Amino acid sequence: MEKYHILEHTADGKFQAFGATLEEAFGNAALAVASLMWDWRKVEANISYPVGVEGHDLKQLLVRFLGEIIFLFETKSFILGSIEELKISARTGRLGLRARFLGDSVSDRYELHGGVKAVTYHDMKIEKKAGRGYVIQAVVDM
Amino acid sequence: MEIRKISDNVWEIPREGEMKVPAVIYASARLLEAVKRDMTLMQARNVACLPGILRKSYTMPDAHQGYGFPIGGVAAFDLDEGIISPGGVGYDINCGVRLLGSNFTEKDIEGKRRELLAEIFKEVPAGVGKGGVTKLNRNVLKDILAEGASWAVGNGYGTPEDLERTEEQGRMRDADASGVSERALERGIPQLGTLGAGNHFLEIQKVTDIFDRETAETFGVHSKGQILVMIHCGSRGLGHQVATDYIEMMTDKCGIQGLPDRELVNAPFRSPLGQRYYRAMCAAVNYAFANRQMIAHWVREVFARVLGTSEGMRQVYDVCHNVAKVETHVIDGEERRVCIHRKGATRSFGPGRREIPAAYRDVGQPVIIPGSMGTASFLLAGTPGAEDLSFSSTAHGAGRVMSRHEAMRRFRGEKIRDDLSRQGVELKFTSWRGVAEEAAAAYKDVDEVVRVSHEIGLSRLVAKVAPVGVMKG
Repeated sequence: MEKYHILEHTADGKFQAFGATLEEAFGNAALAVASLMWDWRKVEANISYPVGVEGHDLKQLLVRFLGEIIFLFETKSFILGSIEELKISARTGRLGLRARFLGDSVSDRYELHGGVKAVTYHDMKIEKKAGRGYVIQAVVDM
Repeated sequence: MEIRKISDNVWEIPREGEMKVPAVIYASARLLEAVKRDMTLMQARNVACLPGILRKSYTMPDAHQGYGFPIGGVAAFDLDEGIISPGGVGYDINCGVRLLGSNFTEKDIEGKRRELLAEIFKEVPAGVGKGGVTKLNRNVLKDILAEGASWAVGNGYGTPEDLERTEEQGRMRDADASGVSERALERGIPQLGTLGAGNHFLEIQKVTDIFDRETAETFGVHSKGQILVMIHCGSRGLGHQVATDYIEMMTDKCGIQGLPDRELVNAPFRSPLGQRYYRAMCAAVNYAFANRQMIAHWVREVFARVLGTSEGMRQVYDVCHNVAKVETHVIDGEERRVCIHRKGATRSFGPGRREIPAAYRDVGQPVIIPGSMGTASFLLAGTPGAEDLSFSSTAHGAGRVMSRHEAMRRFRGEKIRDDLSRQGVELKFTSWRGVAEEAAAAYKDVDEVVRVSHEIGLSRLVAKVAPVGVMKG
């Protein structure tokens, strides 16, 4: 299955990410965001960061999860290559997400080609399609 | 949606349904066609539904779709009944433009152009993920958030005259850094004094046309061929994080029921959360003012080193085009304090406003409208008429018409560089893809945007400039 697809948006970055499970779709959304900034396929797994976010609903959870990629990039010069152990859980009306980001530090080995600066709720969709798993759509500010 | 033609460049979406006021679109027939293709008009209509909106929801000639509010959107809200919304300011708080004058002519820098640009490129960090050269700690950052450009001047970057010639004198006094999150501070620390990427740029320009000699001279623009420097950037990750944080907090506290777009989330202006956002936003505004102040200082240093002097490089002005402010405006013949949101719009105060520097008070506030990469930019002046037309607001730039993705597929960075080089424009950049994404053809025609702004009277033309050297993040 295709992991994600970059869509047209006048000012910024828009994508759809897919997954048989919600977790897979969230992970692919993270790769879509990374793809707007660098080629995640080329990033070696030399560093790892644990990630944990919470949200009232799936959209907030997604905004906060994807926000971690931007935050780690800007403050730790970390570039994401892959995601492991992604788990989404629900507890008394609050959703939680835990995962491990694998990647590397910014260096001359990696070309950076765009800066994602914020994850928006604009035109955001998180849907379960009958027989096709989950589809996530989001727009990020560049 | 009904769109009524009022005159050649003025259109109106009449009040209907949930709308509290009509929406007005300032655009030529051609520019209107462009905004009809995206969500701009629906977004202008959505803004007209927000509590406490006054008079009209306005859309400037360079408008295109944004999140929640359109880019190029202007809306004023009653201080008691109205709201403040991070989506009405934008993520890049105090994205803005600074213009420096000079006594150099095109001839003076001939043969030095490449060196000037290369040196500026060395001094001013730019590009994705590029950190600053300034060592900052948290306490210094908090001072910057409180003091803005005056912190920078106090620390040797530029002169007090720069402050006089900056919107808000480079410092919004309502700033409160305690409302700026740890995350925002962490993003702000490595990025102070950096240009960033995306549509941000630094240009060495030459004056090509002067439309109003007297006003131009007042602004320090005196002849064709005169060299100017334009700096376009904002509050970097810090501002984006402030916007992100308060969209979250307002969603939690005020809810999103009934909002057609979650990015329209807002809080009553007078509420504790509304005030906290306003003060945190002011702090981010100050960060951006300090940022442009430092970059301007480095540019002057480079000119001094390469050309022997930077004398005469007086600041023309510095405008912010993503901001919310409390301003006095005349509504139904009565002066009122309102909370005005300008998102991708430039303040355009006419002569006499006390917010304008004394030196410019007779001619109106300088309005700086940058074009897209490699195209012309414009210097205009605020008009008395803009008060009634748009709460003294005008366009802010060219406005995108093509997605970054499409631009990247359609244009090659190498070709753009070669084309610019043939036109006599030197280009320095950090990413080929960034160059392709910012291709001029991905933007509206800035000449048309400015012509329409001038014809309607949102601002009036003073001078036109063309780039001779472009530095892209």
